[in-house]
Amino acid sequence: MSTTESVATASHPGESEARPVDGAASREGAGWRERLASWCAAPAWVTAAVVTQVWPDHAPATNAIVEAPQHNTGTLAVAELIFAGLFTLVLLSGRWLPGPAQRLRRFSPWLAALAGYFLFWEIVTAKAGLLVPPYWAAPQLLITDFRSDHAILLESLWASFRLLMEGFVIGASVGFAVGVAMGWSKRVNYWMNPILRTLGPIPPVCLVPILFVAMPSTELASMLLIALATWFPVTVLTFSGVNSVNRQYYDVASTLGASNRFLVWRVAIPAALPSVSLGLFMGLGMTFPTLIVAEMLGVKHGLGWYIQWQQNWSDYPKMYVAICIMIVLCSGLFALLFYARRKVLAWQQDLVRW
Amino acid sequence: MSVRVSLHDVSQQFGGHGRESLPVLEHIDLEVEPGELVALLGPSGCGKSTLLRIIAGLDPPSGGEALIDGAPITGTDPHRALVFQDPTLFPWRDVWHNVAIGPQARHRLDKDRDVVNEVIDMVGLSGFAHVRPNALSGGMAQRVSLARALVNQPSLLLLDEPLGKLDALTRLTLQQEILRLWRQAGFTALLVTHDVDEGLLMADRVVVLSDRPARILADLKIDVERPRSHGDPRLEDDRRKVLGLLGFTDAETAHAQ
Repeated sequence: MSTTESVATASHPGESEARPVDGAASREGAGWRERLASWCAAPAWVTAAVVTQVWPDHAPATNAIVEAPQHNTGTLAVAELIFAGLFTLVLLSGRWLPGPAQRLRRFSPWLAALAGYFLFWEIVTAKAGLLVPPYWAAPQLLITDFRSDHAILLESLWASFRLLMEGFVIGASVGFAVGVAMGWSKRVNYWMNPILRTLGPIPPVCLVPILFVAMPSTELASMLLIALATWFPVTVLTFSGVNSVNRQYYDVASTLGASNRFLVWRVAIPAALPSVSLGLFMGLGMTFPTLIVAEMLGVKHGLGWYIQWQQNWSDYPKMYVAICIMIVLCSGLFALLFYARRKVLAWQQDLVRW
Repeated sequence: MSVRVSLHDVSQQFGGHGRESLPVLEHIDLEVEPGELVALLGPSGCGKSTLLRIIAGLDPPSGGEALIDGAPITGTDPHRALVFQDPTLFPWRDVWHNVAIGPQARHRLDKDRDVVNEVIDMVGLSGFAHVRPNALSGGMAQRVSLARALVNQPSLLLLDEPLGKLDALTRLTLQQEILRLWRQAGFTALLVTHDVDEGLLMADRVVVLSDRPARILADLKIDVERPRSHGDPRLEDDRRKVLGLLGFTDAETAHAQ
């Protein structure tokens, strides 16, 4: 018996938002505005590069602590030119690699705005001298400080990353296991629920004094702190996910011959994964402040420690560099989690969009 | 392979333990011969699904006994497959892996790989093995649900209003599909439905149930040879009888000409 029922195709992630813009841009005579928007990134960066190089730097007030930033102005200009070149390259390769070119066209206005922001920052600090060190730093000063301290900075980055990952993985694993146990077994739920409700919401930074005294090393104490920060949201959301699994799934699997083990591992856990991923995001978010505080108070490594060290010297530009690196670390980890979620929860693509 | 289903004075109630107990089934006595297709007809909410759940082994009866081939039902069994009203496909698995749940749960996936493919072809979804449930129409999803039940080669197939949520055209198609699959495999089948014409079209026997708490009002043998058709004049008497039992007069139920 032939079926003539139609099958709705699942839409590609991200493409459906891209379609209206791209469709408009590729239609003949459609919006010179759209076309301009999709190509404006590279010229904006070239402009920034040119202005950076050509406009002479404002002479800095003599200040023993602050280095003259001039010798990295060239580096900055070159970097901006490289960006412009990269964008142009991606756009030109659109015929062979349509994916990146399309994404670039979509982000083009944003990238151009970013160039504008850099230019504004550059002018206000290095060119017109309106905002000067010690509290304000020009982009080239940040580059200078990064180059001089890059060994320590990268080592700090690695130390923070390692501590974060160890704590997060331990906290998330324990949280997941406890959450599943609580969702599945009434007895476990009976004993764990009050603990969850009272100890869970405590911000781990309150436990810093206790843990730093009780644990054999500050490293271990920090790892435990980060694990505690991760544990609470992951447990709550895993528990909630397992608890809210559609009972019919269990009935179906039961009548097909499933054992209890199958029901937990192959029905409850996959069905709860969307909730678990939400818990992981929240857990990851909770780890960053805990990490910074732990590093500032005890551990002698990491970005938190470096930030505080530079702050004690009042070397704010170096502090800003560390903060920028932290931004990269935090957003990078979140991006990774988003990517992992997209892969594992591909089936959920059309049901939830965040 | 097919089994005999025997229900002796089965009753079921919900609640109890201090709450008002709600009797759903009362004194159900039913014998289903091996290989028969019996339709359970009754108004909505009368307890037909509850009866199926007892036979499937999902809920124990509060009174009476339910036997399969003379042995009491103690729990679920892969050879007693239940097709639900909602397809309830696992959204994280594609069609092939949804159908493969039975073999996988019984640790026989390697042996039964061919059976899975066969069953998917049998229900007419050959090209859709790698499609995800969210891309399927209602009729296709219900076919997958059927395939999932059939892959365990059941001796008893329980169908709980499987076509209730589908549009009229898909319903007609799937009614014939289910009949074909039943003839091919020869299992015993219990079809719960609220559609009188569907019951008369498909079943060897029609058991009419009353409103909640459900009792058996009548057990009619449909002696009309298959193939039958909707609006078949040979079914007219039975149709009138069943509708009469359910409380409808002739004037309310005349076929539109």
